[in-house]
Amino acid sequence: MSEALLEVRNLSKRFGGLKAVDQLNFSVAEGAIHGLIGPNGAGKTTTFNLISGFYRPSSGSVLLSGEDISGMPMHRIARRGLVRTFQHSTLFAELSVLENAVVGTYMLYPPQTFAALAGLRLSRDDAAKNRARQVLEFFGLLDHADELARSLSHGHQRALGMAVALASRPSIVLLDEPFTGMNPEETRGMMKLMFKIREAGATILIVEHDMRAIMGICDRITVMNFGRFLTEGRPNEVRRHDEVIEAYLGKSKQNA
Amino acid sequence: MPRWLVAVGVLATAALLLALPHVLSFSQREVLVFMTINILVVCSYRLLTLTGEWSLGHVVMMGVGAYASALLAKKVGVFVPLAMLLGAFTAAMVALVLSVPLFRMKGFYFLIGSFAAGEIIRLLWKRFRDPFGGPKGIKRIDPMPDFDLGIWNFTFFDPVSYYYFALLVVLAGLFVMWRVEKSPIGLVFHAVHWQDNLARSAGISVRAYRTLALVLSSGFAGLAGALLAHYIGTVNPNMFDIEQMVYVLTWAIVGGTATFYGPIIGCVVLTVVNEIVLREIGLEQGRPMIYGMLLIGTVLFLPKGLEDLFHRLSRIGLLFSRQPRGGQ
Repeated sequence: MSEALLEVRNLSKRFGGLKAVDQLNFSVAEGAIHGLIGPNGAGKTTTFNLISGFYRPSSGSVLLSGEDISGMPMHRIARRGLVRTFQHSTLFAELSVLENAVVGTYMLYPPQTFAALAGLRLSRDDAAKNRARQVLEFFGLLDHADELARSLSHGHQRALGMAVALASRPSIVLLDEPFTGMNPEETRGMMKLMFKIREAGATILIVEHDMRAIMGICDRITVMNFGRFLTEGRPNEVRRHDEVIEAYLGKSKQNA
Repeated sequence: MPRWLVAVGVLATAALLLALPHVLSFSQREVLVFMTINILVVCSYRLLTLTGEWSLGHVVMMGVGAYASALLAKKVGVFVPLAMLLGAFTAAMVALVLSVPLFRMKGFYFLIGSFAAGEIIRLLWKRFRDPFGGPKGIKRIDPMPDFDLGIWNFTFFDPVSYYYFALLVVLAGLFVMWRVEKSPIGLVFHAVHWQDNLARSAGISVRAYRTLALVLSSGFAGLAGALLAHYIGTVNPNMFDIEQMVYVLTWAIVGGTATFYGPIIGCVVLTVVNEIVLREIGLEQGRPMIYGMLLIGTVLFLPKGLEDLFHRLSRIGLLFSRQPRGGQ
């Protein structure tokens, strides 16, 4: 673990009078699996949307490899190597599994408009398909390549969502609640996939409230509450942290 | 489908398209020319809808092509086929400029914005007598010059000749649009339409591709406008008003926009209904009403358009013709 790949500095987002995220600071080391957790309404998803360019920050900044990316549109941020997944299996439902992955390779092999008009088949189109097959194989989806994305099982759809994100070989991938609605077996499969992704060289930032899964895979965890930074540390430290227990379970000590 | 079957289908269609004008009356031949041009208009409109945006300015873009081509031929003396291509290019460039304000909006707002932009262009045509000719428009536009290719002798005053010429141009246009849709660009259009945020996260500039679709579709609409202008020899602002736009919308919706052939079916069926059935029984004045009823009926009973009906019929046909296969 070396220097910070992603750094969040004094990040704030206000919706009218509500401070959804308030002066948040944390950083994600290169090669880490980093968790961002907190009770419902803590501002995790807002933070995610700020980092990935879905929202513009009210103040503060987000640095990717030392460069300021805050306020950039989402596709620009993606082109710098930061991609995200979405909650609830967001996919191109009417496209085949392979086509979904091909869209994911867009940044590696951008299609040529004039070639399309002239009807030329470019070698990069084949390269895109090959890369798509490669990433489907990585996620164990190659057997389903010709099926429609909407006909896949829930677990496979999740895997495909990650395949689309990983197809462009991003340096960091943001996973939005990847364990939601999964049974224990699917959760174990997903955890294995995350280790595989890290081995393949990507850094991972996860937003999640499934504590069991996140404790099992993260190197470091940042805890938020009421839009603010609460604490940060290794899973074991965070698990025993009084304020974290308090945030999740209410004030147990005083009332006991 | 076996390759020979495709070849037979293509040959049969080609023979039908070539023979078609010869079984029609003179006035029906003229309608056939208009229908051929309209197919290019409605198919180019579908190209824009691939990215999820519906415009009310498409027919005005057709008008931009018509005016530009007419003016270039008449005032500058550009060779007519070249003027047509330049007209298409002009429409594409006007669309590129309009896309800057229009694609700050989407959905319903884009629809209304495109209508407003179209009306502004129509008002400019009306306001500036020089060079646009005001409300009366431009008259005596240079016709397509006659030519003789040995096997094909083109004479302008014969609708059959112009039909063949328009058919050639329209088929070329459809072929290019079909290829774009099947290319990786078409895949990106689909991605932009159905999950714009996921597309953005894949590094796709949603706006750039919506602009590309608008520019291409307007270019082909402009080409159709140029074909029309040099056929009827006159253009005026009312030819490209909202009523015409509603017809194009009706063709697209009644035909369906999910497949490439949907809008073509819509345009052909409604033209036949209008020009043959209504005219024969003397009900052509009722065109807006009949179109309105067809539109409502389609939305209620056939929301995917006539293409869905064709799809279902062909599936029934397949059920009878194909041996059941295991696992399928």
